[in-house]
Amino acid sequence: MNIDSPQGVLQVTWKSGASAPRKQARHNSVFSPSSLCAGILGIWLLFVIQAHAQVTADRLLQSSKEPQNWLTYSGDYSGRRFSSLDQISAKNVHSLVAKWVYQTAATGKLETTPLVVDGILYATAQDDRAFALDALTGRPIWMYQHEVPADIRPCCGHVNRGLAILGDKVFLGTLDAHVIALDSKTGNVIWDVVAADYRKGYSFTVAPLAVKNLIVIGVSGGEYGVRGFIDAYDADSGVRKWRFYTVPGPGEPGHETWEGDSWKVGGAPAWNTGTYDPSTDQIFWPTGNPAPSNRGEGRAGDNLYSNTLLALNADTGKLNWYFQFTKHDEHDWDATQVPVMVESRGKQLIAQANRNGFFYVIDRTTGRLISATAYGKQTWSDGKDAEGRPIANKSASPTVEGHTVCPGALGTTNFMAPAYDPQTALFYVTARDQCDIFSTAPQPYEAGHAYYGSAYFPSDEAEPYRGFLKAIDPLTGHIKWQFEHTSPTWSGALSTAGGLVFTGDAEGNFIALDTTTGKPLWHFQMGGAVYAAPMAFAVDGKEYVAIAAGSAVYAFGLP
Amino acid sequence: MITVASFRRPKQIKKSSACARLRIFLWSAFAFFLAFAVAARADAQNPFAGDAKAAKAGEYEFRINCALCHGLGARGGGRGPDLTRAQKKHAHSEAEMFAVISNGIPGTAMPANGTNGQGVGMTDEEIWQIITYIRSQEVKAPANSIGNAVHGKQLFYGEANCSLCHMVEGQGGRIGPDLSSVGGSRTREAIIDSVRNPSNRLAWGLTEATKEFPQEYETITVVTADGKQIKGVALNEDNFSVQIMDMNEQIHLLEKGKLRSFRKSRESIMPVYTPELLSDKDLDDVVAFLIGMGAK
Repeated sequence: MNIDSPQGVLQVTWKSGASAPRKQARHNSVFSPSSLCAGILGIWLLFVIQAHAQVTADRLLQSSKEPQNWLTYSGDYSGRRFSSLDQISAKNVHSLVAKWVYQTAATGKLETTPLVVDGILYATAQDDRAFALDALTGRPIWMYQHEVPADIRPCCGHVNRGLAILGDKVFLGTLDAHVIALDSKTGNVIWDVVAADYRKGYSFTVAPLAVKNLIVIGVSGGEYGVRGFIDAYDADSGVRKWRFYTVPGPGEPGHETWEGDSWKVGGAPAWNTGTYDPSTDQIFWPTGNPAPSNRGEGRAGDNLYSNTLLALNADTGKLNWYFQFTKHDEHDWDATQVPVMVESRGKQLIAQANRNGFFYVIDRTTGRLISATAYGKQTWSDGKDAEGRPIANKSASPTVEGHTVCPGALGTTNFMAPAYDPQTALFYVTARDQCDIFSTAPQPYEAGHAYYGSAYFPSDEAEPYRGFLKAIDPLTGHIKWQFEHTSPTWSGALSTAGGLVFTGDAEGNFIALDTTTGKPLWHFQMGGAVYAAPMAFAVDGKEYVAIAAGSAVYAFGLP
Repeated sequence: MITVASFRRPKQIKKSSACARLRIFLWSAFAFFLAFAVAARADAQNPFAGDAKAAKAGEYEFRINCALCHGLGARGGGRGPDLTRAQKKHAHSEAEMFAVISNGIPGTAMPANGTNGQGVGMTDEEIWQIITYIRSQEVKAPANSIGNAVHGKQLFYGEANCSLCHMVEGQGGRIGPDLSSVGGSRTREAIIDSVRNPSNRLAWGLTEATKEFPQEYETITVVTADGKQIKGVALNEDNFSVQIMDMNEQIHLLEKGKLRSFRKSRESIMPVYTPELLSDKDLDDVVAFLIGMGAK
């Protein structure tokens, strides 16, 4: 089957506004020898040219109009990970079956969220693999693997959380800190730029975000004393349009929040995908821990912009406002969780379930904090500052001998993508109750070497560790319901208009729960632990739900 | 700074040409060379032997990567053995220590470098620094041996009733963990604590890579749909099913949704061995037996 021509047909049909019957498209044989007369060739070329603007920036803005596709890491710019598809519902989910499984042949954790565009699924796997599959059958169309140097230093596995798509390209951030544009039809490299020196601990694990003609991406490396940044690249050329350093240099506002030269190795990575508000042209991007993660001595001050939500102008990367969740963090509580755009009573808000155990609601036009409510076990904060921000107890600082603080270093939540369901107005997030013994030790910085200044151990006090999916009312911070797992999971959540919230567990189950009650309605044992978040799509008018588990990607649908 | 790197060709799915076969051959040759290089490296000398500065650097790395199980100061943390013992089970030479740290120990909780989900993984240089640190912490004089292992064995299989539930080298029960290697992987203090306070710590539920047992030995009590009560230890469990071994070593495979009741407790099924039940001296003997077996 030729991929170009059916997609061209689909594209033209799409633009005309009619819904394309996919079967027709799939069997449309415009490539037979007899059809190669000049006129048809001309039309075919036209299709190909049109297909070159396959996923326009406008389509990304209007993604709600094409629920059959999943166009960004979180499904749309709001970060809600909500699908308006409702064919699979609480009534029929009991009959959901596995439709296909794609084995990536990669070992280790799969953290990818697939994208689906017009019947093609794009995803990533360990060691900077990217691939495209027929979303209906799971059959591969192309595979790409970046040549990863042997001496890369990613902190937490050779993972990748997914791709961005724009035009006829998909975009991959790599473990050696390259940003690569691949031809979405062949996997061929279109451009490949080096953002930073991986030998100093810089890497990319994040799914980039396509905004207008820019590819926005945040760096990893908070465990290596990098100087964090968020970059934007021109999607066509790979030329860098702007960089926002998450640790301000001399003369810049916020620089005074770092002691001496500590800013040079201040960390504040930006390793999770942000969100975008077209109405104000602002990108919301969260940042991670200051370095060294578990030792505050030597970096006195608030350490801006670590553990901060940044509101950046999309065109220039200039800072509009910021909100710092955890000042002068000493517990590795990266605030990199997805900042979800929520509307309530006419207010434009951002809701974030933070790794430090608090659920924050922020006015996204001003950056002003509206509320912060604990949603899991926490012992680090008993008080709030004048703005209402939880502040650390003196006793929460790590000691040489070590003492227990909750949550532990892994946090109440972490990279697990949350979901917000506008139908129930509930925020679904994976949470864990675990406390750690935090110990600290002086450590000199050495380029490319781990820079923690610490050790931490699971504390007996909170054993056994408990894991949940929690449904939080963002208005009140109240937990409406919670589903307790057998053990804590690293899976994210997806909610759908079918009244379902999907999540995975550490024991390998894929689970559908009722969005209003949390009652489990269906499950499937996938045979490998889940570290990824689910997504939904449709092909030929039929809805599917996909998730990565073990070293494979699974798709489920009704019989 | 950005530099536009040269275009790279993607790896295509299907290629069965002579070229591909040649490539496979070359890769195999390369892999063989790599294996050889690794083996050669493992024979290498520690470039930092006795270097106090390297030992200090090794201490940082140890805290990040190893202390989770082996404890601060390498004195053992309950999960992993005390590395200040000069006599180690799996590695005598520093080259062997290098191999153990790099590759882990299959079948134990010791993971390969960079896979324990805790630290970030170490470079060769950092591994040698850690070895230098461990060497600097070793207690040279052998500890006075405590306890009578021969009497300990009699107790284990006899009146202390340990073997009703625990196996050592193929003899004994199945309800508790096999203790054949526990003497090599636990500190003396940790073993004593497990006997005196069995519920204090069930098996260590850690990250997948460092799980020593697939199970955590929780006590499960269920009532089935037909009213039968089953009590035993969990072999495994997920959100929807549970696999239990009862006191008669019968395995029960159960779907949670079909049970009348399900109760899980971290109160160990093992009785608390108070000093009245097992004197300090007798316990020393049992531990001496286990440590002797574990050192094999």
